[in-house]
Parts: sequence; structure tokens; C-alpha cells
Amino acid sequence: MTEMRMRDAIREAMREEMLRDERVFLMGEDIGAYGGSYACTRGLLDEFGPERVRDTPISESGIVGAGVGAALAGFIPMVEIMTINFSLVALDQIVNNASKLHYMSGGQVNVPLVLRMASGGGSQLGATHSHSLEGMFAHFPGLTVVCPSFPGDAKGLLKRSFREPNPVVFIEHTALYGTRGEVPDDPNHLVEFGQARTVRSGKDVTLVGYSGSVHQCYRAADMLAAEHGLTADVIDLRTIRPLDMSSVIRSVQRTNRAVVVEDDWKFGGFAGEIAAQIMERAFDWLDAPVARVAGKDVPMPYNRNLEFAALPSEEDVVEAVLAML
Amino acid sequence: MASGFYEGASVSVGQAIPTTVGEPPDGDLQQQFLYEMLLIRRFEEKCAEMYTRGKIRGFLHLYTGEEACAVGAINALRADDKIVTHYRDHGHALARGIEPNRIMAELFARTGGTNEGRGGSMHIFDVDRNFLGGYAIVAGHMPIATGLGLAANLAHEDWATLCIFGDGGVGEGEFHEALNLAAIWKLPVVWFCENNGYGMGVPFDDSLANDVYKIAAAYQMPSVRIDGMDALEVYSATQLALAHVREGHGPYFIEALTYRYRGHSMADPELYRTKAEIEEYRKRDAIQRLKRSMVADGLLDETTYQALVARVDAEVDEAVAYADASPEPGLHTLYDHITKEYEGDTG
Repeated sequence: MTEMRMRDAIREAMREEMLRDERVFLMGEDIGAYGGSYACTRGLLDEFGPERVRDTPISESGIVGAGVGAALAGFIPMVEIMTINFSLVALDQIVNNASKLHYMSGGQVNVPLVLRMASGGGSQLGATHSHSLEGMFAHFPGLTVVCPSFPGDAKGLLKRSFREPNPVVFIEHTALYGTRGEVPDDPNHLVEFGQARTVRSGKDVTLVGYSGSVHQCYRAADMLAAEHGLTADVIDLRTIRPLDMSSVIRSVQRTNRAVVVEDDWKFGGFAGEIAAQIMERAFDWLDAPVARVAGKDVPMPYNRNLEFAALPSEEDVVEAVLAML
Repeated sequence: MASGFYEGASVSVGQAIPTTVGEPPDGDLQQQFLYEMLLIRRFEEKCAEMYTRGKIRGFLHLYTGEEACAVGAINALRADDKIVTHYRDHGHALARGIEPNRIMAELFARTGGTNEGRGGSMHIFDVDRNFLGGYAIVAGHMPIATGLGLAANLAHEDWATLCIFGDGGVGEGEFHEALNLAAIWKLPVVWFCENNGYGMGVPFDDSLANDVYKIAAAYQMPSVRIDGMDALEVYSATQLALAHVREGHGPYFIEALTYRYRGHSMADPELYRTKAEIEEYRKRDAIQRLKRSMVADGLLDETTYQALVARVDAEVDEAVAYADASPEPGLHTLYDHITKEYEGDTG
């Protein structure tokens, strides 16, 4: 184990996979000399050269489509979309092409494409640069959606993504890039998709999160323990498609209460999917309706106080738990 | 649509710079072109009939009138070259040698279809023939062609990619992104625009600020406009384009002027054009044109021609029989092929 920051764990995963498999190459806006907007690819241009670490024009649809094409021809491209906000102009390629070609072709072709993108608000970047669209991508059959919360998982999940014969949307919360954690040194350490991790155990409530919201759940669990004498299971979903509902259900059957936390808008969001599945599969175990703590249904405001009010907080999680007791 | 659509054919911006170009087509190959164009025409006529009889459902876009584009361009390819195309794709699939039986079965949505009945008319795939799909979002396959070209360069191999699209694609952002990327990275892609005069029902000259081949030329690649109703001209232009891209000179653009005799799809009431206009273009019919020139050159007689007609009639009838006999996919296969199975660490 080595302690490292999230961005370094992500870089290490790409580096190891490029060394392991010459079919892997990277392309994206400013991933070369600039080192990536969030410094995830820093140094890789020097190590692997401009053929395999390819700077592109600002053409998200073009470069994602080029990734699909290169994948069809046997390569394993990683396309970095600078932020998830810009994925919206590449949705035709992601949704109409990458996610469907295996099915539409009757299984003749497959698209081993890794799309990395940075997500989340909280940095006063305003309405167009603060999206959390994990749930939107999870909506599409054919896509795998990975949302790591800790550096060790990020490395293992990203390495696993490069082995996947289908398109993977790998979403990194901008607030987590600088966070530190233990990362396995073993280059064969992979984290399998569809396996949630219980990052903290308790008996009074189940807190479910992914990506940044896992940390809010964790801090909320601290507050519940310190201030209210309550203990919480905190479940990190790690991938939201495939989704490990079994772990969530097992936990809810013990705690009888659940709060689902996400940054994305509450209306039509992914937390609603989890809440519905808990209701479908564990209704008789519930002592209270499942609660959702999510972003407010507004375009993200620039003003710091307004933005803080629009995003879910650990206090909101604590409040939701207390309300269901 | 402006009259005199064809008067501007055979112009170019920029120059091809290959050192070797393939031979012109001999009599046998010309007869193959004629056969394939007849096959496509008969196949499409039969599709229209099968659609009205309810055997084919969904959207059906017929290629009748445009046969010379598919036959001329695709016959210039090597087997290892790759094709991506738009949704009016039956003609391209047939010209690539995909069996009419399997294409018709796909249109009938049967297990014997190219895609096991999962794709339909707009999405024919045959990976064994490097036919990597018909795509139904206008210009959405053009960045894929860029990626295929990138793969050829990364692999240091000399296969090329033929990307076929319509004039309607030129107004899409993906057209411009794809051409720009191919140009800056010098990718071996032949862009082949089938300009049939209309984006659905809107004349192309009402849709675009400049001629298609001139727009493409802005991306610093040789760009030519040719008569797309002349299979021999399409063939030689594509040969030149392929030689250019194979030798590493970067992409090449062909705008082929053509005309579809039928509506945009079977649902098209064709309120935007007159029967007289269609008749005018039928006078340039690619099949009759090649037939005439082959007869004049002593390469074809009427008996041989009638034998070709009888052959394609029989093949298309056989395709319908095959498709009709092919089973529907079982409901238990609904979830097959959503994702390819992960077979563990590939080391």
C-alpha cells in the first residue's frame, strides 16, 4: 500500500494499463503538455509520446466518436472529457453509438472505450460547469458507470475499466482529486464492477452514496455518533451501473431505515431509483419511508452562499435521519 | 433544387498526389458493376413491395437511383478496408458482397438477418466484410470513421476507411469535427458524400452556404465533385482517393452528384418535387448508362443483359423466401448482446 492522492491513483492506473497493453492510448483536450485540466495525465506525454497521449482540438463529439471508431478497430482508447458538462455535446456518440453498437449489430462488434470525466459542483463555477450527471449516464443500457470515492478504489476500478469490452463512463468528483488514501501497489489489483463497499458499519440507519456523497455520508455518520448516539452503515456503491442493490438491501434489513445521498438534482435523479428498489425489495423491513438528500432543483448559482444552499450537506443527512426516528 | 444540378460535376479543389493508381475496370468488372446495380435496384423494388405488404416495418429508405455510388466506390476497396455508412445502406451492403438473403432477413427482423433482427434497415453490420454499420443519426458515424482512420495509423497498417454520408450530413457539427480531426492527423479516410439533392425534402442548395466539395476543401484535403450516376467515374475517382490516403497523404473528399428516384423514406409524400423532375433525372439512369457504354464498347449484348436481369430477379426472390422462412428471435433473447461478456483479466 502507498498513500496517494486521487489524481495520482488515477494517473497510476492509466500508466500501468498503458505499460501492460499497447492497445491502450489516451486522447483528450490538453491531456498532453498541459498535463490535463485536473493534472491526471501529467508526465504521461513524456513517458509514452504524442501517439499514445494525444492532445485533441476542442471537439468532444469528434473525439468521443473517434474513440468509438478506434475501439471498433481493436484499440482500447481512453478519451478524457475535460468535465462532465462537456459530455453533453458528445451525447450522440456516447448514447447513440457507444452504448448501442454491440446490441444493434447482433453482437458482432463491441466498443472497449473508457470515457473519463470530472463531475460535481462546489467551486463557484456557475450553472454550466457544475453538473452531476452520473444518474443520467446510468439510465442508458449498455453503459457501465463508475463513480469512485477513494483513491484505492479509483485505481482498481479504472484498471478494471480498461479490461472491460464495453464502454465505461468513469466519473471523478472534482472535490476528491486532492484527497488522500491507501492505494494497493499490486499492478494486478482490480476492483470488480457492481460490488458496493460498506465503508462504515452501524445499526440504526443505512446511508447510501457514491462519489463525493459517500464522504458526506461518512461525516454525517460521525455527527450522528458524536451528537445523537446513533450508528450508521455507510455504503459506497462504487459503480451505479451495474448497481449492487443486494448490499443495500442486506443493510436495510438490519437497520430498517435508509437515506440516499447524491449531488445531482433530486427530481428524476438516481437516488429515486435506489429508493424505489429498496421499497420493492425490502418494504416490510422499513420503519420509515426512504429519504433522499440531493441537490436542489435549480441551475447551479454562482454566489457562494446560494451554491452551498443548493448542494446537499452532512447536516442535511443528519436532519433526514433524525426526521425518520 | 437548382436546375443544372449536374453541370458543375467533375471539378476539384486541391490535388491527389498518389504515385500509383489501380487499373481501369475491364469488361468483366464492368459487367460485375452492372450486375450489382441491377441487384440493388431489384432488391429495393422488392423491399418497397414487402413494406406495403407489412413484411418490413419501421423506417425504410430506398437507394433506387443512387446505385452507381455504392457500386463504383465500394468495388474500389480492398477486403481489409472498412466501411461506415448512413441509414440508406442496403445498396452499400449489397455492393460489399453481403448476401441478399441475410440483408432481407434483417429487414424482416429475423434471426437469419445480418444482425439477428436487432438492427433493421438502417443498421446493417457485417464485421467479416469490414462493413461496420449503417448509422441513422445524420453524420453521427463520421467521427467513427475518423477513429477507424486513427486506428490504421496507430497500427501502422495501410487499410483505408470509406465513410459514406449524404448532403444532409454536411450541416451537422459532427461532419466538421470529423473532417478537421482527419485533416490535422492525416488519417486515411475517404469521405464520400452522396449528394442526392435533398436533405429529406429540403434542397441542399437551400441548406448549405457553399458547395459541398468547397466546404470540405476548407479542411485542407483534396476535394472533388463527380458525376455519381456514372459507375465508372465513381470507381476511378475512388481508386485515386484510396491511393492518396493509403500513401499517407491524409484524407480525401468526394462529392458524388446523384438522385434518388423514390421518396426519402416510404413515409415521404414527396410534396417538395415534381414528377417531371424525377423523370428528368431518370434519363441519366446509371444502369442504362453503363449498359449503353458497354454495348458501344462491345462488352455486352442484349442476351447477356437479360440473363443478368433474370439472375437478380431470382436472387431477390430467393432472398424473400429465405427471409420468410427464417425464424423470429425468441423472446428469451431480449437481453442478449446488451454488453459483451467480460471474460476476466486479459493479462
